[in-house]
Amino acid sequence: MSLGLAEVAKIAHLARLSIREEDAPIYARNLSAILELVAQMNAVDTTGVAPMAHPLDTAQRSRADEVTESNQRERFQAIAPRIEAGLYLVPKVIE
Amino acid sequence: MHEKTIAQLSAGLAVGHFSSEELTCAFLDRIARFNSSLNAFITITAESALTQARAADERRRRGEAGPLTGVPIAHKDIFCTDGVRTSCGSRMLDRFIAPYNATVVEKLNAAGTVMLGKTNMDEFAMGSSNETSFYGPVRNPWDLEAVPGGSSGGSAAAVAARLTPGATGTDTGGSIRQPAALCGITGIKPTYGRVSRWGMIAYASSLDQGGPMARTAEDCALLLGAMAGFDPRDSTSVDRPVPDYIAHLDQPLDGLKVGLPKEYFGEGLDRAVAQAVEAAIAEYRQLGAEMVEISLPNSHLAIPAYYVVAPAECSSNLARFDGVRYGHRCEDPKDLLDLYTRSRGEGFGAEVKRRILVGTFALSAGYYDAYYLKAQQIRRLISEDFRRAFAQVDVIMGPTSPTVAFNLGEKADDPITMYLSDIYTIAVNLAGLPSLSLPVGFVGQRPVGLQLIGDYFAEDRLLNIAHRYQQVSDWHQRTPAAFA
Repeated sequence: MSLGLAEVAKIAHLARLSIREEDAPIYARNLSAILELVAQMNAVDTTGVAPMAHPLDTAQRSRADEVTESNQRERFQAIAPRIEAGLYLVPKVIE
Repeated sequence: MHEKTIAQLSAGLAVGHFSSEELTCAFLDRIARFNSSLNAFITITAESALTQARAADERRRRGEAGPLTGVPIAHKDIFCTDGVRTSCGSRMLDRFIAPYNATVVEKLNAAGTVMLGKTNMDEFAMGSSNETSFYGPVRNPWDLEAVPGGSSGGSAAAVAARLTPGATGTDTGGSIRQPAALCGITGIKPTYGRVSRWGMIAYASSLDQGGPMARTAEDCALLLGAMAGFDPRDSTSVDRPVPDYIAHLDQPLDGLKVGLPKEYFGEGLDRAVAQAVEAAIAEYRQLGAEMVEISLPNSHLAIPAYYVVAPAECSSNLARFDGVRYGHRCEDPKDLLDLYTRSRGEGFGAEVKRRILVGTFALSAGYYDAYYLKAQQIRRLISEDFRRAFAQVDVIMGPTSPTVAFNLGEKADDPITMYLSDIYTIAVNLAGLPSLSLPVGFVGQRPVGLQLIGDYFAEDRLLNIAHRYQQVSDWHQRTPAAFA
């Protein structure tokens, strides 16, 4: 499968990733080459093969619904790009 | 002191030949002297290392020391370290001071190890040469024109150059074993679930596994014993007792059945690498092992399946870096979308972006069955290959990497060629098996690694098999001339 510039732009938007216009053809070429590599999978018939999601085929554990963490808001916000009054600041979302 | 293994340093500390403070100073001096030529460390934590070393010496005076108390090590910069920058080799986290310790760091701290610093790595562990790091490439101590391998390239180079006696690494598709092979050291990727992933920055969560890198199997056994174990904070951690890895090291190899997969010795394997690997196999025959040719018929599908599973999980894991709560944020975002896209566009390097894009595509509407589901089915076929093999043999042997270390820049512009350097290591991650690489020779100046693959939770056996070879060989004792 080969990807064009419009498809790369669409995927980049889905990934919320800005890519420079001059780099887009390189990504299109690289991504197409990777998808070509991946297409080798299609040579194998996998009808009826159960997909393997976990290497040990075990289910994820669940834990009791109990509070285990204490509030460390100040500590975690100390590394935030922008905060005010204990809130994370982002550009205005609603006019 | 820098020529000693962890086991020897541990013995020296125990009898008081030197203190942890002296030892730590000696390694910090070497880092100060040599790191500029290797770029193996992103952050050097000299001050806190000395504090930890003095605490270790104090603990020893109280009679509470264990085998690793006072031993200096380095952590790959993917493990969160409380109060210390944890960059993951990325501009995205260039100013990220982790607010907690990874479980692996916590456990090694509890054992009394001293952290010398954080080692360089491919950005977010995505790479096989350490060239994708935001902090620049690491050089191979055996030949400064060569790459150290990746993604744990800084850890491998630092151990090989004797800047630290041991280090942590992580392995998603070969990132412990391939750099260990290319730098002439020993490294083990444990069974998926053996070592906690908590606080280890996620790349591909169903494949990522942390493990130790050191000069010898014995040193890896010491470190793994401290790192492994159940962690309720990692939902995929396995609740199973950790064996005494040291106690198993000397077991004889008589009657050991070794499988040699024909797919690992075919086209693409460098002839000189093959010769070194065959010489090691001959040595194992001398040690009592019996060789059996086996087949892993779906081996050729490992790279294609990996480059769906890993990017898909990466695109999902790295969605958390949005410029809001931590990490890089762009200047003057005009709206929320601009904040997300530009922060991510500026924060991530080219290889990370490539994998996010591939993963986003593979998971996008209409493509899931053709890519992710198909890859998960292939994964089942690959793991069944191994299951059949282990019904017949105790361990699988082959080359870790098809070539010795390549030159810096040689593959940097061609992602596919780079991906193929992990051709023998990736299937192991897809199956979740443990695997170890140990040094077994050189081609010119550049080291060759032998890969051992074991059945689930057979880390003790792999360490034993590597250890016995290291009792009758000296590849692991060689030091690169420039760092003697």
